[in-house]
Amino acid sequence: MRRYYDLVLRPLIDENPITLQILGICSALAVTTSVSTALTMSVAVTVTVVLSSAAVSLIRNHIPPSIRMIVQITIVASLVIVIDQFLKAYAFEMSKQLSIYVFLIVTNCMVMGRIEAFAMRNPVGPSVLDALGNSLGYSLVLLIVGSIRELFGTGNLLGYSVFPTVADGGWFEPLSLMLLAPSAFFIIGVLIWLIRALRPAQIEEPDFALVAEHEEARS
Amino acid sequence: MIEIFVSSILSENLVLSAFLGMCTYLAISKRLDTALGLGIAVVAVQTVTVPLNHLIHVFVLEPGALAWAGLPDVDLGFLELISFIGVIAASVQILEMVLDRYVPALYRALGIFLPLITVNCAILGGSLFMVERNYDFAESVVYGVSSGLGWALAIAALAAIRERLRYSDMPKSLQGLGMTFLVTGLMSMGFSAFAGLNTP
Repeated sequence: MRRYYDLVLRPLIDENPITLQILGICSALAVTTSVSTALTMSVAVTVTVVLSSAAVSLIRNHIPPSIRMIVQITIVASLVIVIDQFLKAYAFEMSKQLSIYVFLIVTNCMVMGRIEAFAMRNPVGPSVLDALGNSLGYSLVLLIVGSIRELFGTGNLLGYSVFPTVADGGWFEPLSLMLLAPSAFFIIGVLIWLIRALRPAQIEEPDFALVAEHEEARS
Repeated sequence: MIEIFVSSILSENLVLSAFLGMCTYLAISKRLDTALGLGIAVVAVQTVTVPLNHLIHVFVLEPGALAWAGLPDVDLGFLELISFIGVIAASVQILEMVLDRYVPALYRALGIFLPLITVNCAILGGSLFMVERNYDFAESVVYGVSSGLGWALAIAALAAIRERLRYSDMPKSLQGLGMTFLVTGLMSMGFSAFAGLNTP
């Protein structure tokens, strides 16, 4: 039972797909200008990862190794097309905002990464849990970045005013840099810094150590 | 035309403003020579796939595109994604074989990077942007070449910076990925300053 909890809980912080495994970063940065787009994207990715992991895991013993990539990509692409059509039908505004990034879920390395690393070798149950855990970890980062950017970029959260802006007679001057591309990099960079400061096990060791040139002279 | 060329290399750089191809960008930028190799591979694939996907979009998938085959009411738009991916995978495969046959030196240099490009979102993103912005054929050729060049420029620059960063003394927990993100953020700020560039 413990094992199953681990599958869901470990990817949240300890093995987070974005901050540790470097998977699925493109979409994480692009759709986080507001909480609502981040939320939509998280749901879309969660559905894709869970369903495609389940599907691949179901037929894993029947996929010839030489064409497994094509089979996996076809499964993922079909799911993404369904999600895109669904968004266009029921949330047209949102699908306009997300523009090409819905389609880019196909090349989101997190989807392929989890299928390749886990679903190909495990039964359906654990695969679904692993997919769920990883997409929750992904969603967590997306929501954190999205709320920071929306809150400080516009003063709103999910469209509701939190900090009254100067334009509305309040005190908050929106930081428009937050809505531009560079801030997404900075926020994720600092987030990784924080996580690694708390979880030193994740620190990357440099390829070689630096040695001071005049070691003896100084000592 | 020149505007597309300049802006997609500099101010609308695929990595730094549209966040495409981030995974490979972060993972394979530790050394300058491998980064350059990957950059060249991306330019090559992008130059082939964007115009090719443009032709497929115009003659097969667009609403009413099948009029030449006597089917003016058919809209195959929903097949766009799956056919683009197919085209990319196929052209990467073909490019691999052509390089192996005619330019073995370059083929060996690129090594495992070529197959990796299939799942690089910069390539798929380039084709999707081409459709979204309604480029014509000539424009899509220019866009393919220049967006590839922009990507190569960004990864080469990052790799060069990271090679230097090894000698700097930074907090332990910032080493590696964290610092790379901060550097990329600064680069992205620098590149967005090119938006003020006036093209004649």
